[in-house]
Amino acid sequence: MTREEIIEKGQVVYKKPVLLNDTPMHYCPGCSHGVVHKLVSEVIEEMGMTDKTIAISPVGCAVFAYKYIDVDWQEAAHGRAPALASATKRLWPDRLVFTYQGDGDLACIGTAETIHALNRAENITIIFINNAIYGMTGGQMAPTTLLGMKTATCPYGREVKLHGYPLKITEIAATLDGTCYVTRQAVHTVAAINRAKKAIRKAFEYSMQGKGSNLVEIVSTCNSGWKMSPEKANKWMEENMFEFYHLGDLKDTGAVK
Amino acid sequence: MADQEITLMKGNEAIAHAAIRCGCDGYFGYPITPQSEVLETLAEQKPWETTGMVVLQAESEVSSINMVYGGACTGKKVMTSSSSPGVSLMQEGISYMAGAELPALIVNVMRGGPGLGTIQPSQSDYFQACKGGGHGDYHLIVLAPASVQEMADFVDLAFTLAFRYRNPAMILADGAIGQMMEKVVLPPFKPRRTEEEIIRECPWATTGRIGGRKPNIITSLELRSEEMEVINLRIQAKYREIEAKEVRYEEFMLDDAEYAIVAFGSAARIAKKSIEIARSQGIKVGLLRPITLWPFPTEEVKRLAGKVKGILSLEINAGQMVEDIRLAVEGKVPVRHFGRLGGIIPDPDEVVEVLKSSF
Repeated sequence: MTREEIIEKGQVVYKKPVLLNDTPMHYCPGCSHGVVHKLVSEVIEEMGMTDKTIAISPVGCAVFAYKYIDVDWQEAAHGRAPALASATKRLWPDRLVFTYQGDGDLACIGTAETIHALNRAENITIIFINNAIYGMTGGQMAPTTLLGMKTATCPYGREVKLHGYPLKITEIAATLDGTCYVTRQAVHTVAAINRAKKAIRKAFEYSMQGKGSNLVEIVSTCNSGWKMSPEKANKWMEENMFEFYHLGDLKDTGAVK
Repeated sequence: MADQEITLMKGNEAIAHAAIRCGCDGYFGYPITPQSEVLETLAEQKPWETTGMVVLQAESEVSSINMVYGGACTGKKVMTSSSSPGVSLMQEGISYMAGAELPALIVNVMRGGPGLGTIQPSQSDYFQACKGGGHGDYHLIVLAPASVQEMADFVDLAFTLAFRYRNPAMILADGAIGQMMEKVVLPPFKPRRTEEEIIRECPWATTGRIGGRKPNIITSLELRSEEMEVINLRIQAKYREIEAKEVRYEEFMLDDAEYAIVAFGSAARIAKKSIEIARSQGIKVGLLRPITLWPFPTEEVKRLAGKVKGILSLEINAGQMVEDIRLAVEGKVPVRHFGRLGGIIPDPDEVVEVLKSSF
């Protein structure tokens, strides 16, 4: 039977966005990346920006994001995506330009590029996946790793005396005059997914309206790095991550301008 | 003719004016002596109001080269400029651009090192510019201007070569060429390419999937070794083609020469004066001036070795280009090096004394 024969007309209740292609993803089962990829694809499609989007992928687990979402992609060096995005948006101002970065990439090696691109009010959006760990390199401590959390480079748990404090870079971003919309979301429940999608849509629209820079943090799980089942990771995230990384909008100046 | 007007300006200023005139789409830079006049001149000229060229001061050289990387991905004509310590910071982005096969222009107005070194002129980044510089097997196309006129002329040439081969190009100048004022005829105005022209000329570029084409992906990443080797072999084949087709050099008083100086940039100008002095004393010496440092004029140096008794490599460094000369000469005649360090410029008379004592 063909796909069309199986799916009878009028029976479709859900379908994946066309932009999300059929390439099998390399992400671990339970990882948040797949859900966020789908949301980004849906928003681009719904905005009619398929042929006007230029995306920048990071170094980290999402390095291969370009294999899964069918828009034009530039693969940046570790942490440098906001620099690429700044130039790209200034050179093609009518394109939708966004970066997709993890916490090691954005909040550690790329701190300077992140802060300055945001504060220059570049009309871009940064999608920031924060799972408090370096996933791709095998679960090392990130700037966002919570105190007490065990990783490959803080095997006895992160402690202030040895490693300093976890970094709330999204709170820093909210203090910058260049940012328009700064929000922290999650994708662990259907309700959270719906809120995250609305946030991505709002950020992309502000980018296109020239209202300044936008940062959408998605607090995420890393089952492999955290060494937990997907279900347990979601629960641990709710109980621990959300305590430190509060969900919700930190700043939204787009609506009033 | 209005566009033949002769003006007096610094080499760094000539770079900026030439960039605007040759249809450059974007400049991304960071202040550092002795090249800051490039960004200052662009800011003063406000090309965003005339040609539409983007000019942006970045937060670091790391960021400016990655802006160039992003801009180059989109098929636009983009450039940066810096001086030695800044260019060291840029090596990451330059390597990525070479790996992703992107056209762009990097200008290095060299100062003395190592480390923070000095702000005085030097040619001590020859190795870094010509032998890769960053990680991986790659080359930049390297042009060495010896006058303010060549600073102006090489901007368009560098972009032409960069786009012809989809490879970053570098103008390797030094603090003397950047800072000195000379008369210059600026190139005529050339409009920036239109969106249609960019999409037609750069079908690989990330412009957005205009017309519903397949996605364009710019990356230097390939985890499968077999595929990565194929990519490397293709890039190496491109380098062999550049070596075969793009060598540029100048010959000066070599016809009857018994000795030859090989020198580039500022050193070549000193060499010409030294040759004048030496010839007045009966020493028949001439100059070979490589204009492309990579590709290096290996065949020309080899030919030279068949007709002169000795070759002096005059460089404002501790001896870098001399290695390429020796590789070309293959021991046929003696090859000596002379250079001054730390920002000191060799004196023409001292070069003549070195010539006399060397051979």
